[in-house]
Amino acid sequence: MLAFANLSYDTAHVLDTGVLVLSFALLYQRRLFGVIKIYAMQALLLAAAAAWQAHAQEAPHLYITAGIALVFKAMVIPIALHRIIVYLNIHRTLETALGVGPTMVVGVALVALSILLVLPVTAASGALTRESLAAALSIVLLGLLMMITRRNAVSQVVGFMSLENGLILAAVGVKGMPLVVELSIAFSVMVAFIIFGIFFFHIRERFDTLDVHDMERFRGERQ
Amino acid sequence: MTGVLLEALQLLLVLVLAPLLTGIVRKVKARLTAKRGPALIQPYRDLLRLLRKDVVLAPNASWLFRTSPYLIFTAVWLAAAIVPTFTTGLAVSRTADLIALVALLGTARFALALAGMDVGTSFGGIGSSREMMIASLAEPAMLMVTFTVALLVRSTSLPHIAEFMVTHAVGIRVSLFLGLVSLVIVAIAENARIPVDNPATHLELTMVHEAMILEYSGRHLALVEAASMVKLLLYLSLISAVFLPWGMDIGDLTAAAVGTGLATYAAKLGIGAVLLGVFETSIAKMRVFRLAEFLGGAFLLGILAAIFLYVSQGL
Amino acid sequence: MNPVYFILGIPAAAAILLAVVPSYKVAAKVNVGATFLTLLASLVPFAHRPETTPLLLIDDFNIYLVALTAFVGFTTSLFSARYVIHEVEIGRLVPRYLRFYHAMYQGFLFTMLLALTSNNLGVLWVSLEGATLTTVLMVGLYRTHEALEAAWKYFILCGVGIALALFGTTLMYLAAQPVMGAGLSAMTWSELMPRVAEFSPAILNLAFVFLLVGYGTKVGLAPLHAWLPDAHAEGPTPISAVLSGLLLNVALYCVLRFKMLLAGNPLAVAPGPLMITMGLSSLLLASFMLYRRRDIKRLFAYSSIEHMGIITFAFGMGGALANFAGLLHMTMHSLTKSAIFFAVGHISQVKGTQKIADIRGLTSSQPVLGWALVIGVVAIAGLPPFGVFLSEFLVLTNTFGRQPLLAVLVLGGLLVGFGALILRLQGLAFGPSEGGEKASTVALLPLFVHLAMVLVAGIYLPGPLVSWFQTVARLLG
Repeated sequence: MLAFANLSYDTAHVLDTGVLVLSFALLYQRRLFGVIKIYAMQALLLAAAAAWQAHAQEAPHLYITAGIALVFKAMVIPIALHRIIVYLNIHRTLETALGVGPTMVVGVALVALSILLVLPVTAASGALTRESLAAALSIVLLGLLMMITRRNAVSQVVGFMSLENGLILAAVGVKGMPLVVELSIAFSVMVAFIIFGIFFFHIRERFDTLDVHDMERFRGERQ
Repeated sequence: MTGVLLEALQLLLVLVLAPLLTGIVRKVKARLTAKRGPALIQPYRDLLRLLRKDVVLAPNASWLFRTSPYLIFTAVWLAAAIVPTFTTGLAVSRTADLIALVALLGTARFALALAGMDVGTSFGGIGSSREMMIASLAEPAMLMVTFTVALLVRSTSLPHIAEFMVTHAVGIRVSLFLGLVSLVIVAIAENARIPVDNPATHLELTMVHEAMILEYSGRHLALVEAASMVKLLLYLSLISAVFLPWGMDIGDLTAAAVGTGLATYAAKLGIGAVLLGVFETSIAKMRVFRLAEFLGGAFLLGILAAIFLYVSQGL
Repeated sequence: MNPVYFILGIPAAAAILLAVVPSYKVAAKVNVGATFLTLLASLVPFAHRPETTPLLLIDDFNIYLVALTAFVGFTTSLFSARYVIHEVEIGRLVPRYLRFYHAMYQGFLFTMLLALTSNNLGVLWVSLEGATLTTVLMVGLYRTHEALEAAWKYFILCGVGIALALFGTTLMYLAAQPVMGAGLSAMTWSELMPRVAEFSPAILNLAFVFLLVGYGTKVGLAPLHAWLPDAHAEGPTPISAVLSGLLLNVALYCVLRFKMLLAGNPLAVAPGPLMITMGLSSLLLASFMLYRRRDIKRLFAYSSIEHMGIITFAFGMGGALANFAGLLHMTMHSLTKSAIFFAVGHISQVKGTQKIADIRGLTSSQPVLGWALVIGVVAIAGLPPFGVFLSEFLVLTNTFGRQPLLAVLVLGGLLVGFGALILRLQGLAFGPSEGGEKASTVALLPLFVHLAMVLVAGIYLPGPLVSWFQTVARLLG
């Protein structure tokens, strides 16, 4: 029946690439709720990837990573963002600086770039690590692209958090990286809470909008 | 000899099963929206009724308008004969190529679009131009999937592909999964299903496929309707042959193997029809200007699939 | 008992304590007291060097930086105590915000010191992220439109920088892991240094690029400097002082730790040219931008970018003398810039504005502050006999000897910056005084102590300091 060449490799590969495909899906969205849903799915896949690495590398501390990703990133943060959008009555369609089509094309170019960058450099490492790193760098670059091409503060934060997802993917993909994974996750969760909690309320209070182009009315580079 | 027999069996099977498939999809959609729905054999009755009726032609309809339905039906039926359904031992196996398939379907689409514009009505023009826009995006996506699969199997021949998938330890491959998603999106677009087009709509401004066939009646309409039913069956068979070929008879043409092939094929079709019905009921139709992004997404998935395959083979 | 635990523990405990102290005046005093204790703790390693643990490390490089950080933290807390009293009086800050402010101040110092004493690359990263967090919240303290925009820009840009730095750290671990084995030792700097020659040079190169870009954002190197002027201008002035005086230094320290690693591997690409390019472009960009600034804090923020450019350039050139000059400049800039911000903070309070056009003739209306500003600007512009002149001179002579063309560029940038600062100083300090003034308590002691130290350093550098710099300069390669 179904014959598997290498179950461990294949599953990790599928999960990593799943997170990458969801990064593209994030770029595709035009509605704010869609963005949050996709982000939640991405965090879910990230948790699965971390859990699988914990199993494959026999590194039980990665289960904690997976748990934190699952609880905070896949559940608490999307629900909190959802509530904030409803409560602050934020405009729910996204304006983009670059159309969805061209953004996707740039996204594919970035994936190709990161593959070209990572694969030759890591020639000595195992195949799975190389692919994980290439995928992780692609996710980071796509998160960056999302931050640049979206004009709504909520979607910029989601872009930032998807960038972090890519980083965590890199960290769990490399065999045996100690300590930091938990610390970095804890920090990123704290960042998410403090920053968007305080800022969204105050930005909304002050600006009545979360469109960052309106914020630039006050243009930082005033003489 | 057995090849020819099996080929004839397939041709007949495809023709007979297609309306049933459409009937299942409609029934599922109706049941899910709390209606009783038409009987499963209603499409057969519709086709027979149409065949008995007179043809009503517009005064300015040309020979193109009259001959297109036959051309369309022949092209699609032939394409359905190429795709391995329950066995790979067909007579046309050696010429059954994915690219030939795309070409045949393209011919059918071309004829249909011309027919839509032939009478000169505005709705026909809308339908044809929208159909061409969708095709211009869906065809590259399909070719990208073909390319990916061909990279893996090292052949574009459909029977070879089916055999390869069954016999080799392909494993869970991301590229194949992405290719599957891409092909499903293309299939939805080509068969004029929700979210691309609503097959049951009577509002002309929302039509794509239906708009092109508005002027047809009688046996012409029967042929065009039959062609679209066979096309649906064709795409379902294609997806199952390329990505889910298990159970198919791949070479040993014993009665038992062929029987298993037929049974699994029927099961796959049934499941596919139900899934399609559920999917159509659960989402809304997309606005036309977003179709480009949707199909662009399919193309993108195809490219990603090719990239990942290339990367993992190069490591 | 490892003295580093005290160096780290005092700010941490103070942060928690200050979060609950209700009166802001008491909190300001506790703040000062805690930073003083931290300063004392930071002097202990000079007497008795603690041993290296997997997490914490004191070596020749960071020992004086720790003391410098604690010292500037202390003097800034003195300044801050006076500053916030006035801010509350005029209503720009409410006491509730101040509780948060003081707690974050100590939290920031904790993260700075943790970054400096960390032996583990991961903890290093975490502490810099913590520093970003605490300062972002403090930059937005005034809750005005401009402050929120500055804080948002800061958060986004530095957040991205930190994220790239994490990727670089992961790559560094990837390079180390085949040689050191998986686990903690592959992230421990002191264990990596002796064996770095065995790592894959390709991965090291890629890792360093990410780390330079990532941590370089926090150093304020062009073209990643966009957050710096806003954060300095819109935050409370004590924060501007610690940002310029401490955070930029510590971020550069992180880059240098990795440069030291790379220097140990002969096959890795020399990080020099990259740092030279970034340093030079920061220097030139900032010098020209100085001319058009209308806000006094923004002016000195660009001056910080300029000086960090010079320092990065010096370290990029490499070699014992250039590294020595870079280390000296780090110290001098830290002291001088924070002194300037002390002066500027009080000046803007007295004048009630940050606009240069509205601040005139300080030496006649506010002689002490005016002349302090004059001395500070003269020092930072690079005139003798101050310490900044010494380090810039060393950089220039060293570069002339090796790359005369680059030296010309550096000299050009320095002169342009010099011109801009003196030009502005003319208007600020001399001539008839205009505009109203508000009475304000000023903290003059920290200001003059810093300036005195810079003056002394320009004339005579104490022997132990010189030998420390020389040891580290050799290590930096």
